[in-house]
Parts: sequence; C-alpha cells; structure tokens
Amino acid sequence: MPGLGTSFGRGGATNFQQDFQQSDCVWIQGSSLVEAHPVGSRWMMKARERGAKIIHVDPHYSRTSAVADVYVQIRAGSDIAFLGGLIRHIIETESYFKDYVVNYTNAPVIINERYQGPEELDGLFSGFDPGSGTYDTTTWLPENAEAPSASGQPEHATQAFDEKTGAGMGVSEVPEDPTLQHPRCVFQILKRHYARYTPEMVERICGCSKEDLLHVAETLIENSGRERTSMLAYAVGWTQHSTGVQTIRAGAIIQLLLGNVGRPGGGIMAMRGHASIQGSSDIPTLYDILPGYLRMPRAREQHLTLADYIEAGSTKRGWWANFDKYIVSLLKAWFGDAATAENDYGFPYLPKISGNHSHFPTMLRAVDGGLDGLFVMGQNPAVGSQHSGLQRRALAQLKWLVVRDLADLETASFWRESPEVRSGELRPEDIGTEVFLMPAATHVEKAGHFTNTQRLLQWRDKALEPPGDARSELHFTYHLGKRIKAHYANSDRERDWPIRNLTWDYPEHGPHAEPSAEDVLREINGYELTTGKLVNSFTELRNDGTTSCGCWIYSGCFADNVNQTRRRNPGDIDSPGGWVSPEWGWAWPANRRIFYNRASADPEGRPWSERKKYIWWDEEQARWTGYDVPDFPPNKRPDYRPTDDAAGVEGIGGDDPFIMMPDGRAQLFAPTGPLDGPLPTYYEPFESPFTNALYPKIGGNPCGVYWSRPDNPLNVSRSREYPVVASTFRLTEQHTAGAMSRNLPWLAELQPEMFVEINPQLARERGIEDGGWMTVMTERGEIEARAKVTSRLQPLRMGDEVVHQISMPWHWGTYRSSEQGVTGDSVNDIIPLSGDPNTTIEDKTFSCDVRAGRRRGESTCRLAHEHEHVDQMTREGDHEAELPHKAVHTLSSLYELPVPGDREAREPPEGWEAARELARDPGRTG
Amino acid sequence: MTSAAPTEIAVRRDGAVRMGFFTDTTVCIGCKSCEVACKQWNDLPADGYQFRKGGSYDHTGALGASTWRHVRFVERLEPSPAARADAEAALAAGGGGHVPNIPATGGGLPRPEELGGAGGGGLPTPEELGGAGGGARPEEVPDLVQWAEQNGDTPVVGEGDVDVGAAVAAMDRWLFMSDVCKHCTNAGCLDACPTGAIIRTEFQTVVIQPDVCNGCGYCIPSCPFGVPNRDPYDGRAAKCTLCYDRLQDGLEPACAKACPTDSIQFGPYDELVETAKGRVVALHERGVESAYLYGAGDEPGEQLAGGLGAFFLLTEAPERFGLPARADSPAQENGPYATAAGLAAAALAALGTIASFAVARRRGRG
Repeated sequence: MPGLGTSFGRGGATNFQQDFQQSDCVWIQGSSLVEAHPVGSRWMMKARERGAKIIHVDPHYSRTSAVADVYVQIRAGSDIAFLGGLIRHIIETESYFKDYVVNYTNAPVIINERYQGPEELDGLFSGFDPGSGTYDTTTWLPENAEAPSASGQPEHATQAFDEKTGAGMGVSEVPEDPTLQHPRCVFQILKRHYARYTPEMVERICGCSKEDLLHVAETLIENSGRERTSMLAYAVGWTQHSTGVQTIRAGAIIQLLLGNVGRPGGGIMAMRGHASIQGSSDIPTLYDILPGYLRMPRAREQHLTLADYIEAGSTKRGWWANFDKYIVSLLKAWFGDAATAENDYGFPYLPKISGNHSHFPTMLRAVDGGLDGLFVMGQNPAVGSQHSGLQRRALAQLKWLVVRDLADLETASFWRESPEVRSGELRPEDIGTEVFLMPAATHVEKAGHFTNTQRLLQWRDKALEPPGDARSELHFTYHLGKRIKAHYANSDRERDWPIRNLTWDYPEHGPHAEPSAEDVLREINGYELTTGKLVNSFTELRNDGTTSCGCWIYSGCFADNVNQTRRRNPGDIDSPGGWVSPEWGWAWPANRRIFYNRASADPEGRPWSERKKYIWWDEEQARWTGYDVPDFPPNKRPDYRPTDDAAGVEGIGGDDPFIMMPDGRAQLFAPTGPLDGPLPTYYEPFESPFTNALYPKIGGNPCGVYWSRPDNPLNVSRSREYPVVASTFRLTEQHTAGAMSRNLPWLAELQPEMFVEINPQLARERGIEDGGWMTVMTERGEIEARAKVTSRLQPLRMGDEVVHQISMPWHWGTYRSSEQGVTGDSVNDIIPLSGDPNTTIEDKTFSCDVRAGRRRGESTCRLAHEHEHVDQMTREGDHEAELPHKAVHTLSSLYELPVPGDREAREPPEGWEAARELARDPGRTG
Repeated sequence: MTSAAPTEIAVRRDGAVRMGFFTDTTVCIGCKSCEVACKQWNDLPADGYQFRKGGSYDHTGALGASTWRHVRFVERLEPSPAARADAEAALAAGGGGHVPNIPATGGGLPRPEELGGAGGGGLPTPEELGGAGGGARPEEVPDLVQWAEQNGDTPVVGEGDVDVGAAVAAMDRWLFMSDVCKHCTNAGCLDACPTGAIIRTEFQTVVIQPDVCNGCGYCIPSCPFGVPNRDPYDGRAAKCTLCYDRLQDGLEPACAKACPTDSIQFGPYDELVETAKGRVVALHERGVESAYLYGAGDEPGEQLAGGLGAFFLLTEAPERFGLPARADSPAQENGPYATAAGLAAAALAALGTIASFAVARRRGRG
C-alpha cells in the first residue's frame, strides 16, 4: 500500500470497520463496500442510521450506490480528476482544517527551487528521463534536504512499501512557512497544482455534472473539522489502475486537508479483497519486501554489508531509527545460533533483487521459456489474473507446475481444459509441463490466523480434519523445507549456507506430523533469546543478537505467552470508547486500532472536540490516555521539542503525530516514495478513447508499466474502433474467480451466468437485448456474456462527446465440480498486462467494443497468431536458442519497458525489437 | 394485538408467545444471505440456474417450494424533481437536447429499424413530461423513443444544455426486499388444508407438516401472497416454517441470524411491532416520509389477513414489491357469502325434503 505508506508512514488501513459507526460521512470511492464486504458494511449502515451521509463515487451503480445518499457516476479511471476537483474546491473555499494542516502535515515545508510540476512541464514533473521512463526524484526534495541514498535512482520498485519516506528531512533542518504563504511551500504548490481542476474540467473528464462534484465536496466539508469526521473507504477500484498509488495519495491529501486522519470515524479504510490480503503483505508473499516492511536488499547496491543495508534503510529521526533492531532480530529468527555479529547475522546470504520479479514479468518470462517451474498456492492465475490467455500460455512453457488447491481448478487443468486447448492452439500431447496437484485443506480444516482489512489478527481453530491427502499450507511448506534441508545437509558450498542454517524445528503433532501454527506465531512474535521468554512488544527488540522476531510489527501478538489473536471479548460496547473492543483479536502494531491517533488531539494534547475525543494528554498522570493504545511515546509531553541533534523517536516533537515519518508530519507532498510524482496528477488510463484534457501531450501515466509485445497488444487510444469504456466489479454472490462459489448450487443459482451491464441506449444502438447474448471485444480477444440492460448505467456526457460504459463481474471460468456448477467466460481473458509503476496492476479500466450475439471462436484465439510470432522470434533471434528451449533466461529489464507518453507513436513490434536489444545488452540489469 | 384464535393453536407449550419477522427494507443491502442461509439450514435444493431478463440481480424469481426467502430487486426510474424542472425549463426555452429514454427493465425495446426516419418534429412539451408525476412507475415515465416514433422523429443526442432524456430516465433508486411467508393471523393455506397438514404452532406460526401433506395443492391458490408451492419432485407443498426446529431450541431463524444489517429482525411479535412503529417514526423524522408498515399496526378491519406474523417496513407502494395492497384468507373473505350460500342451499335442501315428503304424503294419500 505505497499510497498510504508514503502519505502517513504505514501501509495499512488507518481505522477499523467498527469505527464506521463513529463517522459523520462515509465516502466510498474505488470500492463497492456493500457489494464486496456485506458484513463489514453493517457498521456503515449503523452510521447511516445515526444520520451519517453515505457518498458513493463509482463508474458502476452497485448495491453500494443503492444505499448511498449521494451517488455520482464517473468514467472509469478518471478518479484523480475528480479528487483534484475536490482538493481545489477545499483549498479555494478555504474549507480545510487549518490548525490540523499547519501542525500535522508538511503543508508549511518549503520545496527546493529546482522543483517544477506538470503545469509547467506539460504534464511531467521535473527530473523525468524519457529514456527509462523514470524520474530522478531529487528535484522534489525540500529545500536543504539531502538526497536519500536509496531513492532518487530510477527503478520500478513494485509493491514497495516506501522504506525511505522523507529520508533526510527533519523538522529543524528544513525551512517552513507556518503562514502557508511562501510561494514554494507545499501548500502553495498544491494550490497551483490543482488550480485547473475546476468543476468544468472535472465535468469534461469524468462525465459527471459539476453539481455532483460540488455536492460531494460540500458534504465532505460539512462533515469534517473539529466536531465531525468523514471516513474514506477504497479498494481495488483504486489500486488496480495505471495511476493506482497516486489515486490513493489524492484521497490521502483530501483526508489530511479536512483533518480526518488519526481520528475516530475518520481516516482511510483500505478494504481488502480477500481473507488475509493485509497479512500477505505484512509477512509478504511479495518479492521486494521482507517481513514487517523491511526493504529487500538490492543487487545493484555497491556495499552489501549489514551496516550499509541498515544505513540505507533506517532514518536518523522517526521510528525507522529502530530499523537495525528489526532486521537483526529477523535474521536471528531465521538463522538462529548461526547468525552472529561476525557473519553479519547471515545478512549476506539473503537473496538480492536484480529487477522486477513480480507476477506479470515472471509469467512473461515463462511465456518466453525462461522459467522452469512454478508453485501456485492460493491463486488461480489461469482465470484470476489479467490477460489470463497469456498466463495459460505461460503455464504451457514450464517444465513443472505445483498447484495447491481445493480442487482441480483452471490453473491445474489448463493443459486439458482451456480456451486454447479447445481451439486447438495448444494440444495436451505437446505440452511438456508436469503438473503436480496437491490437495489443500480449507480454512476450516486448519488452524492459524487471518490478518484482515483493519490489520486485525484473528485466530481460528481447526474445526475438522481435512479429507484424504489434503493438508494445510503450513504442513506442505514445512515438510517441503525439511526435505530440502535434508538434501543440502552435507553440502559444503557457501551458497547453501542459508538452507543448512535455517531454523526449521517446529514441533510436530498428530498422525500427519502437522507443525503447530501457534509455534509459528510465537516465532513471529519473537523471543528474548537469553531467557527464552516471549517478548511483549517490539520495543523490547535489540540489535545485538539477543532477541529474535519473525515480523516486528506483529511483536506482542503472543505477549505473556498468550495467543492474543485468539481473544473474542467485545467488551462493553456501549461504554465510552466501547466500540474499540481492544480485546477482540489483536491489531498490529501493539494492538492499536487507529493509526496516528495522537492526531485526534490538538497540538496541546486536548481532544479537538468532546464529540470526537479518542486519545488525549492527561497532565495529572503525565501520559497519553484514551480509548485506544496511543500511537505515540506514552510519556512524551505535547510541548516536547527535540534538540537539533536528537535522533530516533526523540527527534519527533510532542505535537508531531505521524511517528513513522522522519519529521512526524503526514505528507501532502511526497518528495520520496511514489515513483511517478510527488503529487497526484491526472493521466488517462492506458486504454482510453479520450485525449487527456489537462495534459494533451502526455495522455497516460508516463511512468506506467506496460509490456510492449505482440502478445500483449493495447487497443489504440483515442480510437473509434474501441469506443466503449469498460470496468470490472465484484458481486456479493460470487467469490474472486468463482471456483469456490460457482460450484455451490445455492450461490450459483443467484448469479448463474457471466453478464455485462450495459445502458439502454448503447444496447439499442447495437441491437443487444436484455438477457440475450452479447460479445465484448478487445485486441486480446473476445468474450461472450448475457446482457444486463439497465439504467443503472448511464451514457456520460464529456464535453461534446457521449461515452458509453459497460461493467462486468469477473467471477466466471471453466472449472465446475459437478453439473450443479456454473461456468462462463472470464473477463480477464481480454485485459492487457499493464499497470502502475509502484504496484503493476491495471485491470479496472480498459477500452473495448460490444456487439450482439455470441463470440465467433474461443476467447483468446485472436492472440494465437501473435503468440506464434513471439515464439519464433525467441527461437531464432536469441543466440542461446540452441540450448534447451526452457533454459533461455532473459533479463528482467526486458519485461519492464516503460510505456512512451504517446502510445500511438510506438507500434508493438518496434517495442518488441527494442526489448530484444535490451535483452542482449548485459550492461542493463534492473 | 393481533393473535390467532386460541382454538387454532395445535401445539401447546407454556410461556410460548407469538414470534415473527420484521423485515425493514430501508436497511436491506440485497446481499441474499438470507436466501442462502435459509436453503442451507432447511437443506433446500437450488431452483435451477436460469439467467433472467429484467429483475436486476433476481435470478430465483419468486418464493416457491424450494425458495422460502426471496430477495426482490426493484430498479426505480424516476426523475428527481430538480432534474425534471430543469428539463421542463430547457424545453420551454427551446434549448433541451435529449438522450432517448428507454425503460431499463421489461421487454419491448424498439429496434433501431423500427424507429421512424428523420423528421422535423419538436421535443416533448412540458405538459407531456409533466405526466411523469411523482411516484410514477417505469412504464409511466415518458418514453422519448415512443414519443419520437409517434412524431416521426429519430431520437438523437441533442445539442441543448439539458439532457431531457436523462432527466426523466435517470436511475433514481434501487430497492431490495427480502420476501417470506407472512405467517398470517388469518392463514388462507391453513383454512384450506383438508388434511390437517398445515398447523399453527405454539409460536403462532404456520407450518406445513410434510409427513401429513398429501399434495392436494389447495393451499396454493388460497394464499393471497403466493407463498406456498408444490415440490416438483414429490408433489407436497412447502414454505417457510419460521425455522420451527430452531425456535423449539431457542435459536433465531437462519435468515435473521445471517442478515448482516439487521434488515430481518426476529422476536416476540408484540415487541417487534413496537420496534417497527418506532422505526417508522424515526424515519419520518429523518425525512423518509413514505415509510410505513405493511401488515402490522393497522386498525382492526384494515388488517392484512388479520395481521401478518412476518411484516415489512416499506417506502413504496406494496405492488412495487409484488405484494397485494389488500389481502385476506379466502375463507375469511368469502366466509359470509359462503355461509349465506350454504344456508341458502341448506334451506333449499330442507325445503326440497319437506316438499318431497309432502309429495309422498300426497301420493300415500292418493
């Protein structure tokens, strides 16, 4: 969640779902909260019953819109224009919460003279390198600030939690203007930056009316300030865009201007799309961070000692000054006694990142024969990932594939049941991939914890034994690890050191030698190694190798040797502060339910209002107190001022609530962190029928990631060939790619077929009948679906043009467990691989065309020709082609070509040729 | 408070009071968890996998033998007063363009070829638009395509400032209602059941005993709400039991348990009615003046089927949700006539008997 991390300091939802109740206005954008989180939305409905306003801004009129007081339909992907319009209105009408903005954000900070913004540079920020499509971010720094060592270097750091937020900045070092008048202060830059995001401009870009924009703005303003708070909820409707992180940043800026962050009923809820998605970035399944958002070391770094790594990762001021304690404790947890001060606790043995190894580049590498094998666990890329036709073709190029799943889903069965096999493009007898399907236990058949949307760890016990050979992920991973360790036990090769010395000694239980998940959680919590006691908090961790901790932010989840995540005591919810229920599960960090909650009090430590009191300074006890665990040093007085040489948390003043930031302030302007600009700027989606009305020369995100290859074609922008804007959404009745819900008769009958929502006018123009078949076409292929003709979608008027939008759920695929399952085309078959430079996913908007009737061939057969072309080029064009096909390893840079500003200028084959040349140039690595 | 006739209660249990459902449509989010929870607890099969045209996200269609809770979706097209005023003003000034208005649901959309050729006709008059008065149903909103056909005009995106079509056709509200057996005080199904399969329980709910039901189907036309239906496989009638088995164990019914927003509330009937009345008052205070109770709190004589054990809070006319505005057990409705007819028939029969005796006597005499 780089959007939140770079704004506030931590990449997690700031508040919790029960806290919706305290809100005076719940603003939902980029999320269909009610549709996708029906149980969590009960708290929002309670707020509504208490008189709160509900705002929903979305391309698709969903069940969320139905319960909203204000619904605004906008063009998919135009969110930043809408948010920019809100920011402009808040600033122009001086409706921001001035005391909050001046004291708790970096609004007064003066930025250096070299900074120039998109208004001056036709849509670009200063420091752009057109060759690499990346920014040198040093021109964005505050005046007098040093360039941080690890940032400022062009890099596609996908999914990166910003490990260097504002490094080098400190309160006393950087000039400020508390009157906010200095022309180069952040506030004035913000004002100039959004000056052209007028209601008329928003109307033209988003297709909503200017009255709609102003209505939303006024509703938010009326429900923010000392006495009232508004909460923002977003989900993948924001994240999965080529401007995803910047969209979240724009939401954060609004919440900061209105003074809603760190306060009850305020903040930003990042609604997660799946159980434990928050947990899978806390203890990451991502390639570029270590547990607890510690940065993954980079291969390009010249000095790879632990000291250098710590130097690059820690900050002089703010919480990250403790970075060394967390990495050393992590290394002790992994390598135990073998980790010593002499060998840098095993740090040199950690893998180093050499490029973009995220999901899409990895699968593209597989398409080209550069990947031998793949483990797929908890994922179903054959239907669940965008451009799934290409994903399936990638699977066909592997030597082996291990799939752990509940059943023989689309990924495991791609070789015998897929559109490509049906069309004859792939023949089972030609596919060399050896597939190992390992039956998995369901969530009720194994113990463990989920970390959900609100950073809440909730333990669940095993309800019943898994059937047959089905086992938990823990069992599988643990026993696989044991076998690998046994294989390397006698190796004396240096590179096998981490395998030989990995601590892998969980006690086994029962007939299947199941390791105890609680023992794993204890390791995550951390130990005092000298006494063997579990630590109670990350504040007890040390940098001298005497403590171990598997994930520092989870430290305390097993405090007092009690599984805190197993608690289920809601407490007296009617008492003051009772809705916080601190004994229900356990939230990271330190069981805090609202992040940055020092900001719920004014600079002097008094609640902003009695109505919104949460954490305040108790002078008698000389400590912070309230309904939650203070997100602040508990005894630091509000009037504490750091000395010039103060380091670590001591360097943060008593009135600086954002303790993860080196200056204790939230970032309206983010000099470091986002790779595509310090301020959110409107760029068109990669596939858009329209010119960027604000920056016609730029169009899409200049740093956006798109893999320009014949088998990943983009629809030509601004083309009448693909005039329809498409977006995707979720239904309450189905779950993700549908395997678990489409095969339950009770759910399948509720949404039995793939469908497309289409407005009556477009339907009439194309002769499409309600309930009849229709086909959606892109350059990737075409899918068929039932038409749901509904006025819930309306044609949008943008300036002189009318744009039609369609919306599609993405829950269908080919797998069925019995005749009672339902199948259908997957919308992921027609979505290209492209994305945000920070997180690399864009599937919430693309262009297409529609017609009546069923598709003419299999969904992705259009790509077959292009695919053969690529295959041929790989074989003939590469000097290593004589080697076995699958041993051809290509460079990762091949897979992350930046998209040029004007996409029409670059034909895919040219991009492909350029990529091949880059691949042959060994000088360019990562 | 309404209550079933004590003599009708087939099961005796000390302390048992009437239990019911209060379904508040203003907090329903249409998630259908009630439908699924009901099928799961009662082990009911799916009805099939039919994608239905119209009806929004409703693919199970109606209550039936295997669907005892059913969530109805209503897409309401209705101009907001402000939008309509704008449109009228723009048209009066000759400056209104339009996007054709075609009702979202329901068939019969004109094909492009069906639309007339270009003509010089004007736009609808404010009077014509004004016909789409407050509370209009979709079919009552003026259809500009139809209007254009009649006037020989091809609907086009106009050049005026105001989208007249959008103003009159904009999606106004999307309503959800979880429908269920009403467990009527005057239960038509129970009155009609010839075998005694349908009984009133100690909770004054109406339950079909499957082991007694002979599948005669008399209950089906006797329900004014169309609730019970026959299982296509064994022919027996089935409907919501208000989770009689759960109630006997002190558990709330599965649908109410699963409802995430408390749209479905379960409890002692009298308490529920009080809660519901308070809810209506609260909604009126909040400006939702159209809120009213359907099936509870009515004056005697105006009660639906003598009062509904499962009643609803609605904000629209009941017909919008497929509910009758007035309803009662056929036995109650026809009772006086039936009684009168029966008495008349009896009288005739008696007269006939007397007459025949008289004839016999005459013959005997003769």
